[in-house]
Amino acid sequence: MSKPKIATTSLCGCFGCHMSLLDIDERILKLIELVDFDRSPINDLKHIQGPVDIGFVEGGCANEENVKVLQEFRKNCRVLISVGDCAINGGIPAMRNMVPLEECYEEAFVNGPTVVNPTGEVPNDVEIPLLLDKVYPCHEVVKVDYHLPGGPPSADTLWAALSALLTDQPVELPYELVKYD
Amino acid sequence: MTNQRIQLTIDGRKIEASSGQSILAAAEDAGVYIPRLCWMKGLSPAGSCRVCTVRVNGRPQSACTQPVTPGMIVENDTEELRGLRRNLIDMLFVEGNHFCMFCEKSGNCELQALAYRFGITAPKYPFMFPQRELDATHPEVFIDRNRCILCSRCVRASGELDGKHAFGFVGRGPDKRLAVNAEGGLGDTEVAVDDEAVGACPTGSLLKKRVGFEVPVGARRFDHVTIGSDVEEGTAK
Repeated sequence: MSKPKIATTSLCGCFGCHMSLLDIDERILKLIELVDFDRSPINDLKHIQGPVDIGFVEGGCANEENVKVLQEFRKNCRVLISVGDCAINGGIPAMRNMVPLEECYEEAFVNGPTVVNPTGEVPNDVEIPLLLDKVYPCHEVVKVDYHLPGGPPSADTLWAALSALLTDQPVELPYELVKYD
Repeated sequence: MTNQRIQLTIDGRKIEASSGQSILAAAEDAGVYIPRLCWMKGLSPAGSCRVCTVRVNGRPQSACTQPVTPGMIVENDTEELRGLRRNLIDMLFVEGNHFCMFCEKSGNCELQALAYRFGITAPKYPFMFPQRELDATHPEVFIDRNRCILCSRCVRASGELDGKHAFGFVGRGPDKRLAVNAEGGLGDTEVAVDDEAVGACPTGSLLKKRVGFEVPVGARRFDHVTIGSDVEEGTAK
């Protein structure tokens, strides 16, 4: 029997949740025995290759590319888990949600104290993904099966969820593993 | 009439209470925790958050305002009520901008602790991301209305305990917000850093300056124990 497959991706996040996954320390050797990795920073694949059993998504949706990646992920993941506060409630990037988008652009590219931009133009290349009006949590864009809150969730939280799913147990986190910070 | 002992039932358990007590206080004396946010010991009940809603003889009532009566049958820990409370907590999260990950009150916040108690991993309602104002005009205290849940604990504490009436509400519906009794903001009020009103805030809306993150992660109020467990274990102060 082939091993279960896992894929991970980061949308508008800081990769802190991926760092937390690495923080499972020596248990990562056990994980490698238990699963195969599809798209993840470990193999640097740019697209998910095929259907996987478990997908971890970190970060919220801040631009159109995030949405495309998330939709592609959802299609290919039997179980999709949003990991961390950015995926669950927008996190730090969502602090821009209270500011009009135009003002965000102007602060970033025209008026910011460290900006040098003699033409005063906002970058508008087709290669740059368009920003969404707001940063959206993943579950407001696609269906998400489980949420692991935290900024980031601890390695133990990730390990507890992962080992439950890999052994067909319900994902029930003990009190001390559900934290929003 | 006062101090007359009466009997009632909570979740099928017979308990004794003094007449004039609220259901919430009677339950607390009997070691039954009824989740609450706007209620605080020493303050008059407001009944505004509705998290303490129980069924009394089949009808929903807020446990903090409803006095006990002989033979009353109270339902508290039922799936239906747990669901209603979860929804209320969910709504409080999406109606504000809470950002627990960098909030100084994290780990000591009653709203967050209730969400933990109910096992909420993500709100089911869409986030509203409202625009709210901060007030940092006071040298030692600040107001972050992004986290204000309009529980009125500071309003009542300032009036009833500090005798200053520094806080109040203005506006209606989604525009309702915490206000202070000075045009120049909190700094122009009589509020002092040690006022009961400042300590009364259940969330990170009213905070003391320069003491943030004083207690390390792992040693904070709700890091290891569920909110209400002190009541259930009979160790509540």
